[in-house]
Amino acid sequence: MPLDKATIVAHGLNADEYRRLLEILDREPTPTELGIFSVMWSEHCSYKSSRLHLRRLPTEGPRVLQGPGENAGAVDIGDGLTAVFKIESHNHPSFIEPYQGAATGVGGIIRDIFTMGARPIALLNSLRFGSLNDPASRRLVAGVVEGIAGYGNSIGIPTVGGEVAFDSSYAGNPLVNVLCLGVGRTDELVKGLASGPGNPVYYVGAKTGRDGIHGATMASAEFDENSANSRPAVQVGDPFMEKLLLEACLEVMQTGAVVGIQDMGAAGLTCSTSEMGARGGVGIDIDVSLVPQRETGMTPYEIMLSESQERMLLVAQRGRESEVEQVFEKWDLHAVCIGQVTSGGQLCVRNDGIVVADIPNRQLADRAPLYDRPTELPEYLSRVQRLDTATLPAPGKLSETWLDLLATPAISSKRWIYRQYDHMVRTNTVVLPGLGAGVVRVKGTNRALAFSVDGNGRYCYLDPAEGGRLAVAEAARNVACTGAVPVGATNCLNFGNPERPEVMWQFVQAIDGIAEACRALEIPITGGNVSLYNETDGKAIYPTPVLGVVGLLEDTALVLTRVFPVAGLDIVLLGDAVGELGGSEYLMLVHGSACGCPAAVNLDRERALQKLLVDAASKKLILSAHDCAEGGFAVTLAECCVESGGVGARVDLPDPVDADDRFGLVRTLFGEAPSRVVVSVSPEDRDRLLERARFFSVPAMVIGQTGGVQLSISVAGKVVTAVDLEMAEKTWSEGFTRHFEHVAA
Amino acid sequence: MKFAIIEFPGSNCDHDAYYATKHVLGQEAEFIWHKGADLRGADVVVLPGGFSYGDYLRTGAIARFSPIMNCVREFAKGGGPVIGICNGFQVLLEAGLLEGALLRNRRLKFLCEHIHVRVEQIDTPFTCGAVAGQVLKLPIAHGEGNYHVDPETSAALEANRQVIFRYCAADGSVSDTANPNGSLTAIAGLCNVSRNVVGLMPHPERACESVLGSTDGLVVLESAIATMVAKGAA
Repeated sequence: MPLDKATIVAHGLNADEYRRLLEILDREPTPTELGIFSVMWSEHCSYKSSRLHLRRLPTEGPRVLQGPGENAGAVDIGDGLTAVFKIESHNHPSFIEPYQGAATGVGGIIRDIFTMGARPIALLNSLRFGSLNDPASRRLVAGVVEGIAGYGNSIGIPTVGGEVAFDSSYAGNPLVNVLCLGVGRTDELVKGLASGPGNPVYYVGAKTGRDGIHGATMASAEFDENSANSRPAVQVGDPFMEKLLLEACLEVMQTGAVVGIQDMGAAGLTCSTSEMGARGGVGIDIDVSLVPQRETGMTPYEIMLSESQERMLLVAQRGRESEVEQVFEKWDLHAVCIGQVTSGGQLCVRNDGIVVADIPNRQLADRAPLYDRPTELPEYLSRVQRLDTATLPAPGKLSETWLDLLATPAISSKRWIYRQYDHMVRTNTVVLPGLGAGVVRVKGTNRALAFSVDGNGRYCYLDPAEGGRLAVAEAARNVACTGAVPVGATNCLNFGNPERPEVMWQFVQAIDGIAEACRALEIPITGGNVSLYNETDGKAIYPTPVLGVVGLLEDTALVLTRVFPVAGLDIVLLGDAVGELGGSEYLMLVHGSACGCPAAVNLDRERALQKLLVDAASKKLILSAHDCAEGGFAVTLAECCVESGGVGARVDLPDPVDADDRFGLVRTLFGEAPSRVVVSVSPEDRDRLLERARFFSVPAMVIGQTGGVQLSISVAGKVVTAVDLEMAEKTWSEGFTRHFEHVAA
Repeated sequence: MKFAIIEFPGSNCDHDAYYATKHVLGQEAEFIWHKGADLRGADVVVLPGGFSYGDYLRTGAIARFSPIMNCVREFAKGGGPVIGICNGFQVLLEAGLLEGALLRNRRLKFLCEHIHVRVEQIDTPFTCGAVAGQVLKLPIAHGEGNYHVDPETSAALEANRQVIFRYCAADGSVSDTANPNGSLTAIAGLCNVSRNVVGLMPHPERACESVLGSTDGLVVLESAIATMVAKGAA
């Protein structure tokens, strides 16, 4: 019987997609089949708007063991070990219910790692909210942080760092991107594929309920005033259950009896059965009446679409069922055989024996819609890219601006956040949060893994291609500053509604920028996530691609942080890019505007700089390294001194480029540009460092000395601004915290 | 010298305690599953940190019913050294092996950072290698570390010298600002009347290597080793 149009629309399928469905089935779909197509062909699961463009990302490299297409990416790190990592978003759920939205985001990405046979060892997150002056944003921040903490702490995986930024652009659409890093033995990695007709298919983990049904379709649509009604679509997490599942799964994979395993995330049982079957080129036949359920009266449709958390789909070798079941029994978890692998390629779903869905699985995957959506240069672009400093009021007192920048939520200490995360559990955390990229050691080796998440929505709004390049450069640079060599990347692409040509244009541009930078810096993308439809009432977020870069540090003992270790060292500025005000934190803070163009990155120079950092760190030539980012050079210098135990700095910079420029000094102090790093070196090693810099063709200039109780910046020998270190430290420590706790004056 | 590290469903810091005792201190160490029937000849029992049973009901409330706790109780009754770290401390309180309760941190938020504790008494198996008043820099990571007990018991604990660790500043001074979670009289750890069972909220097993930020935790584990060596268990 033909389904009515309203039902089809409610399932998010347009006329064209529905026609395609009819062609595949050669008949009308059953309700369960409609539900399956609906979620598998949603934006979130099928990537129909982005897939075409993602193909332009470079995904290959000598260390890559697994690129995009699996549950996570994998990179060889030597000693028979593999780093497994990926970043994912949980944006829409976090707006609806911040605690559970963020918590289940953490839970989901952790499962993506251990399903590969790797033990998760650390987490990072990249967050975006509206202004902290808005109580609604503060509520979201508190809820999201509590959710990440609640889940991560309970399951015992340290959250060791991340980034957070604030802009009214994100007020109705917070971004919660979580990156998980794990380590596994290369010869023990397991893929998410089903194979071997006759092999049993197991459902393991928590019982299935009605939570999260159509969560995938919710993530594929915008919000409006009715969005609060979407609350039932937000999943509820149980980290204790996931801890048991994690241990049990890693243990069962050791038996060798596991053919393939995948977690049930978005679109739950539907997605896992379909994807595992498609990857293995086989069919899967399951009976949903065998699925452990925690609610009564669930229909096959509900069971297939449920996004209840902490569940995995496991294909075992026939004959070894008891080995598998014993492991889950030890951990008091459900492990139920719900079906088997079949030849013939059908995804067949039964309810108490009766077939309720019978779909050619290959076609469900291969014939998923693929769109080349139209793009159009945004109308606002030429307007916002203009920045005429002549129209700006004269700069104020430089030292006041300096302190104001240190106090902005984006720049100030995030200790209020990270002290809520157990960042030390598993005793691998070599660099504490807030000191640079996250660094965790790999026990059993001398090595460590450094990783960082970075993105700048404002830059991308003003120039998406450049913003994409800059995001890759910054994440890789943060890794290189620890002394580690970047070896792989994962990306989370957060954008608005792709059906709007302006947004699609932003997306395509950003992809091109990311691809170019990854190629130039030789960092392959091993996987990632796309989150579209981040807009409310027709207003989209800034295009916000977030890059997570993972690096390998050969000797943990040589790790570097941002902090000047002692007084009496030389301060050297590597890189000589000129700071720009376009898209800068200064411009937003002092003038409340996001306009101009961010300084472009010269990828050859960036590559050379990163190679120099790794080289100098390995030779113990530099004692600290910190890259110039938001707030420009002056903020970077301050960040090298705060938490140093009272080590100040005195530097002298060359004259600004244009002596007549009213904003010349402002540009020098607070202008932002890539490919610049401030390092400290002991005087006896200084010449050798400069020689290495020449070798790599990296501009390097000795600009001053560490020490003293002040932060003092001169230009051409004349002091232009100075602040007491104690004042800078206090301002920086309290800037963010002030919004959440009463801080005594 | 064998350390038994009890593993409950949801224990996380069991791996950390194992690594510290076995790999850093070179001792024999073994995981004992909570359903186990015996302690396999252990000389020291460690109840590690984590979120046993997901903190359902109350922290440590369910773990204390695990079969292995019968063995731990017997071992403690016989004078065997037992240390409960963080969630392990919570389990010991629920099991009645130590007195008092741990409430939510006074600021209501989970707190992970390095703090200092002062060693108040050195006649326990876990502090005999320290000097009285020694200040240790140790990490804490908990949401429920706010020690509380009724006034009579509190007075008894002090009179009996059962308070083993107190939160303090880096210079050893005890004050409200140096108290991270609001614990009564800044109690960070205490022992039982027989002085062989010690519970503490800070994590000494996370402070055994300089690369992690402090080695002040070594003295706690080394004291246990020294105690058993003296007893001829090596």
